[in-house]
Amino acid sequence: MVTRTAPSHLTARERARRIARGGASRSVPAPLLAPALIAVAFLVLPLAGLLIRAPWGHLGAALSGSDATQALTLSLWTSTVTTGISLVIGVPLAWVLARTSFPGQRLLRALVTLPLVLPPVVGGVALLLAFSRVGFVGRYLDYWFGLTIPFTPLAVIMAETFVAMPFLIITVEGALRSADQGFEEAAATLGATRITVFRRVTLPLIAPSLGAGAVLCWARALGEFGATITFAGSFPGQTETMPIAVYYALETNPDAAIALSLVLLLVSVVVLVSLRDRWLRGGSVQ
Amino acid sequence: MTPGASGGLIFDAEVRRGSFTLAVTLTAAAGQVLGLLGPNGAGKSTLLSAVAGLTPISAGRIALGGQVLDDADAGSFVEASGRPVGFVFQNYRLFPHMTVAENVAFSPRARGLGRRAAKSAARHWLDRLGLADLAGRKPDQLSGGQAQRVALARALAGQPELLLLDEPLSALDAGTRLDVQTELKNHLAAFTGPCLLVTHDPLEALVLADRLIVLENGRIVQEGTPGQVARQPATDYVAKLVGLNLYTGRADASQVALTEGGTFIIADQNLRGDVLVALRPSAVVVSSQHPQPSSARNTWPAKVTGLTLLADRVRLDLQGQPPALVDVTPAAVAELSLSPGSQVWLTVKATDLEVYTRAHSHPALTDPHHSPPSTHHSCRQRQKTDPRD
Repeated sequence: MVTRTAPSHLTARERARRIARGGASRSVPAPLLAPALIAVAFLVLPLAGLLIRAPWGHLGAALSGSDATQALTLSLWTSTVTTGISLVIGVPLAWVLARTSFPGQRLLRALVTLPLVLPPVVGGVALLLAFSRVGFVGRYLDYWFGLTIPFTPLAVIMAETFVAMPFLIITVEGALRSADQGFEEAAATLGATRITVFRRVTLPLIAPSLGAGAVLCWARALGEFGATITFAGSFPGQTETMPIAVYYALETNPDAAIALSLVLLLVSVVVLVSLRDRWLRGGSVQ
Repeated sequence: MTPGASGGLIFDAEVRRGSFTLAVTLTAAAGQVLGLLGPNGAGKSTLLSAVAGLTPISAGRIALGGQVLDDADAGSFVEASGRPVGFVFQNYRLFPHMTVAENVAFSPRARGLGRRAAKSAARHWLDRLGLADLAGRKPDQLSGGQAQRVALARALAGQPELLLLDEPLSALDAGTRLDVQTELKNHLAAFTGPCLLVTHDPLEALVLADRLIVLENGRIVQEGTPGQVARQPATDYVAKLVGLNLYTGRADASQVALTEGGTFIIADQNLRGDVLVALRPSAVVVSSQHPQPSSARNTWPAKVTGLTLLADRVRLDLQGQPPALVDVTPAAVAELSLSPGSQVWLTVKATDLEVYTRAHSHPALTDPHHSPPSTHHSCRQRQKTDPRD
């Protein structure tokens, strides 16, 4: 026996909306609404705090009073070089993972994905053990070429690449898997070798995902902290990137720390806006 | 002249994919358009894919103009990119990020021409197929018919020795299909190598192909000119496709005892043994009462079980001995007040029955109206052991 419900009021506007869009009531049940609001508050309040506490009056002075320009420059160019390196060596690896099969491939994919979940500081320790002057690779680099990596801008780039490249690889591999291989078959019947197919058909077709992966990689490199400070240290002008500068400024000059944070927030917003078509609509990566 | 020596294609191979096996032997001479007709899943596309080198064969060999493309026993294989083959895919697969001109220039460029030479080769084919005005467009700015021509131009621009067309017109709407079909026929006539054309549209096959091969469940069930296949279908699938009634039976002195009941009187007095009888739906006369004696020799009662309105006529589905599909005018339906359940009499002249001996026995023919697909799988073995042969 179904209990009958008494009619409740339905405004003309709500009625029109339901006719146009279809579907039933869109009111949110209380057990879902309350936690959702808490989640929103948790995500938004800290950012609001940053904006409220910002030394708007003397923002310029706060920034110039620190090594902000140096740190920002270092962060921008190392992140860009990291992205370039990741494209050159990461995209081929993504292709190998997506388009071939060989024994140990699953293990290789797990290893490639590991830095995504590994605490970055562990990555930094690992890099140090491998490439420091007494590390099992660094020892020979020092002995043969006189090359010392730790605590140099090169170390910054290596730390960032270690942490950020997997983001690019995973994005591109997914795009390669879901790409329509019919086009590649067609290219093969037209006489194109596999490398030509890759260059002229596969890459252009996954260009949007390639761009998304590159931006993701760049943003991750820009925010890198743990692996960098462990492997590269924090020499101003040499290895002190923006996140590290923020961390130290917070102890000595909180206004500068807030100003630096605002700069990074601005960069993040720009990145997000540039990707809005891909992520903010909840669609899948092509 | 053997097809292999003069630029022709020899396909004598098996392709196994899971439980499906394509086992086909065929040849296509240079300049010939060989139509591959068959229902979905018959193996037509698999065959093209094997010829193009996109799927290696499991046994046998494929050769073109005397050159081996794939030999499973010898272990030799020419990669798809190394085969002189032009492939027009079902949905064309035009590269969406390239213009029409770049699409057409792709193959000349991939096959070693310089940028400029490839461009001029592309221009030649664009002109030839009347696509010069569309050169700068992207594929998503083309109509179906235009995309089809671009796909053909792109395949031909690589100067292939063999052309493969997979349902070239199926993506088009009915309106443009006829125009494009006529145009395609002209272009195929100008192509000097062999051409394999896959279709499940009998009209397309009849118009475009010089010779037809009917595939069912990975096997060839009939081979012949389009006229032969249309007039004397070997299986129920082909008969339905070309819109004929097909009966199996045993002929004996101008009579055929039909497998599914009933008897036909036929014109030919010399036929003996297992035969097929093909009957055009329009050759059957429908009467509401037992007709007056006439020159027509075959009369039998039947019950209407279905009516389908076709373009200009009504197709009746009739249960009787034998059952039949019959075409009448809508006026006749009204006049005889035909509806499902109506009892009628059918009349057929003996001379309207196309009677022919079976080229080879096929198990599917024993029950043409209800042939379970599983009977096809064992067709080779059954052919050898069938006691009726």
